[in-house]
Amino acid sequence: MIELRSICKTFKVARRNAGFHEAVKALFRREYTLIHALRDVSFTINEGEMVGYIGPNGAGKSSTIKIMSGILTPDSGECIINGRTPWKDRIAHVREIGVVFGQRSQLWWDVPVADSFELIKDIYKVDNASYKKNLSMLTELLDIGEIIRTPARQLSLGQRMRCEIAASLLHNPRILFLDEPTIGLDAVSKIAVRSFIRYINAERKTTVILTTHDMQDIEALTERILLIGRGRILLDGTLSELKRRNSRHKTLSVDFTGSIDRLENGMHLAKYLDGHAEIVVDTDILSVSDAIAHISGQAEISDLSVTGATAEEMVVSLYKEFEI
Amino acid sequence: MKLYLKYASIILKSQMQYKTSFFMSVIGQFLVSFTVYLGLYFMFHRFHSVSGFTYSEVLLCFSAVLFSYSLAECFVRGFDVFSLIISNGEFDRIMVRPRNEIFQVLASRIEFSRLGRFLQAMAMFAYAIPVSGVVWTYDKILTLTFMLAGGFFVFSGLFILYAAICFFTLEGLEFMNIFTDGAREFGKYPFSIYGESVLKFLTYVIPMALFQYYPFLYLTGKSSRTLYMFLPLAGMLFLIPCLIFWRIGVRHYKSTGS
Amino acid sequence: MKKYLSFFRIRFSNGLQYRAAAWAGVSTQFVWGGMTLLLFRAFYQTGSQAFPMTFPELSSYIWLQQAFLALYMSWYFDNEIFDSIISGNVSYELCRPMDTYTMWFIKNMSVRLSRAVLRCMPILIVAAFLPEPYNISLPVSLSAGLLFLLSMTLGFMLLVAFSMLIYISAFYTLSPMGIRILTISVLEFFTGAIIPLPFFPESLQTLLYLLPFASIQNTPFQIYNGYMKGNEVSAAIMIQAVWLLVLLASGKLLMKQALRKAVVQGG
Repeated sequence: MIELRSICKTFKVARRNAGFHEAVKALFRREYTLIHALRDVSFTINEGEMVGYIGPNGAGKSSTIKIMSGILTPDSGECIINGRTPWKDRIAHVREIGVVFGQRSQLWWDVPVADSFELIKDIYKVDNASYKKNLSMLTELLDIGEIIRTPARQLSLGQRMRCEIAASLLHNPRILFLDEPTIGLDAVSKIAVRSFIRYINAERKTTVILTTHDMQDIEALTERILLIGRGRILLDGTLSELKRRNSRHKTLSVDFTGSIDRLENGMHLAKYLDGHAEIVVDTDILSVSDAIAHISGQAEISDLSVTGATAEEMVVSLYKEFEI
Repeated sequence: MKLYLKYASIILKSQMQYKTSFFMSVIGQFLVSFTVYLGLYFMFHRFHSVSGFTYSEVLLCFSAVLFSYSLAECFVRGFDVFSLIISNGEFDRIMVRPRNEIFQVLASRIEFSRLGRFLQAMAMFAYAIPVSGVVWTYDKILTLTFMLAGGFFVFSGLFILYAAICFFTLEGLEFMNIFTDGAREFGKYPFSIYGESVLKFLTYVIPMALFQYYPFLYLTGKSSRTLYMFLPLAGMLFLIPCLIFWRIGVRHYKSTGS
Repeated sequence: MKKYLSFFRIRFSNGLQYRAAAWAGVSTQFVWGGMTLLLFRAFYQTGSQAFPMTFPELSSYIWLQQAFLALYMSWYFDNEIFDSIISGNVSYELCRPMDTYTMWFIKNMSVRLSRAVLRCMPILIVAAFLPEPYNISLPVSLSAGLLFLLSMTLGFMLLVAFSMLIYISAFYTLSPMGIRILTISVLEFFTGAIIPLPFFPESLQTLLYLLPFASIQNTPFQIYNGYMKGNEVSAAIMIQAVWLLVLLASGKLLMKQALRKAVVQGG
């Protein structure tokens, strides 16, 4: 059970202006800007939930994760995770969480991955029996049995990420924080990572909090979404709710002969090539079948498809809506 | 302790992946401090003594400082390169692990190649101990041991202080080099030769004279105050404010990046 | 030429950004210089007749050394250059319409120069107002001052040319750590950074002056403070010029070979 109440965090950042003249001036006087990384962030996540935490760069995702994992101390607000305040009771707290930073490695670069695992086992004081059990499960599920004998520096990004995830789960944490776990991975690795995350959430009831820019991650994994922008939680809901909200607009892809000159109210031309058009229909004004009938009255349709908004598009429209 | 050894073995394994580079560094470290020794040798070649201290006495002082410094540098290295540990995100990782942060910083960096300096300190000891004219009774041996331990503690404290400053500035402050590198360089001579005010500063502010100058006077028989023998132990207390400052720094930590 | 100049400007103003580091550096060097002088004072008081320089000469020497430390520091190497050589990315450098040797040379010069510019004035000014004989005096004559500037430039370029050879060696060793630290210790010792060259034994003096290292910082500083006089000065500047030419020529030559090797291997 994770509960955040009115968390605020500000950073003081030195302002640096471009140019030679400014560089000289900054020697003597430096201006600071206050950045409100988080303003009044509150939410609750229940045990066993899987939550996608999204927002543009610099919105405050990492700061929230860092506060929840005990790295940062917020300026004000409360955060109770499994009955503890992370930054006050750091050591007891982190024993129960696992963290994967997608852009950083926790493996020792020059030694076989297995050696890193051994060290992590001792850091977390995992007993031999459960370590063995855990390791064999993780190596099997993540398919890393072969590669843990190799030094981390020789692994591909995808192989390394699978090892990183295993390393974060060796101590069987109740909560797993994943900070961009699929960044830079190829399609095969992405799918492997996703299905693994789904598995541990379903089987082990591990609570998963996932930040990502990849909407396919969200579509594949999470039901609930938290959207953060400029340090505020803007939206807390489910993916299907969002879809419903955005299902007003459908896109018609039409291949045709002849020409389409007139559009009804509620239709909007997104793309027009010779013999191919994409038309967005606002279903509040006009039904899809009416729109199709309208088009077929003007031109000979040879192919037609109807699509709703993709998650990617939904997020873009959300960002627009909230002006972030 | 068992965990520390495990860290040590992984670090040793990593460093042994680049054997040539490792041994070159050991030799290099040795050479760097050897040239410093040569400089000192040339000075005594010309002047024979300085402010009443002979060559072999100064050598004894030099080796004691170098000994404790190189040990501190080898094992407390993590704090010396702490700005790097902050900037590459390693400290975030440290914070999400259920162990004391100081322990983890200590254990995650052990610079075995610094033993090059240590080697030289040993060689100088081997030369200076018999010829320095000190009669090695038990109390003198104890004094020297105190000096080495005191030096190790004070240097470690300085490294930790240096690291704690990084929490606020995010980069190392070059000024602290005066107390670490500078103490090593200028500490090869008994601190009294720099004059009264420097000695006072190094007694009451940064207590380096407590493990160097005063017990050294007792060691070489220039003073018979037994109090001087125990001053290095008082110097060790310096570690306490450094650790307190570190705690404040951790609170202030503002993680970089993404 | 213009492109090299703008490249220099970017690097230079980039170097000016590190304000806290600059102030910290100034105070560090100030304390360092002061401690060094106190140390030499102790030796002076013990045996002034064995002192090879006058004390004011030494003071000027030490303060110049601290003020222009960034120009002559032996331990500065550009890690980007080493990394690009080791990773093989150096091949990309060849795609730029610039001569790689010249570019790296300028890069090194600009970093050192920007640091020195920031740091030299405060040190020189404070050092000038210290009580005698611990202060820095004016150059002994106008001509000494001008020759000092010339010699300082030559020495500066000489050091950069020397460090270029170390970068080039990384093409062959692929692990610069070792050679780097070896270079540092040799440079520190023979340039007179540990103790000024006149304090070395008499028997070594001639040898020292013929090595390229004396030409780096020793020559300009000893011209400034008047330790070198008359014909000595012109001879020392000649030696500087010859060494500079030798190092530049061999550096360019070796660079060409090394790059060819890197390209053949496909880097």
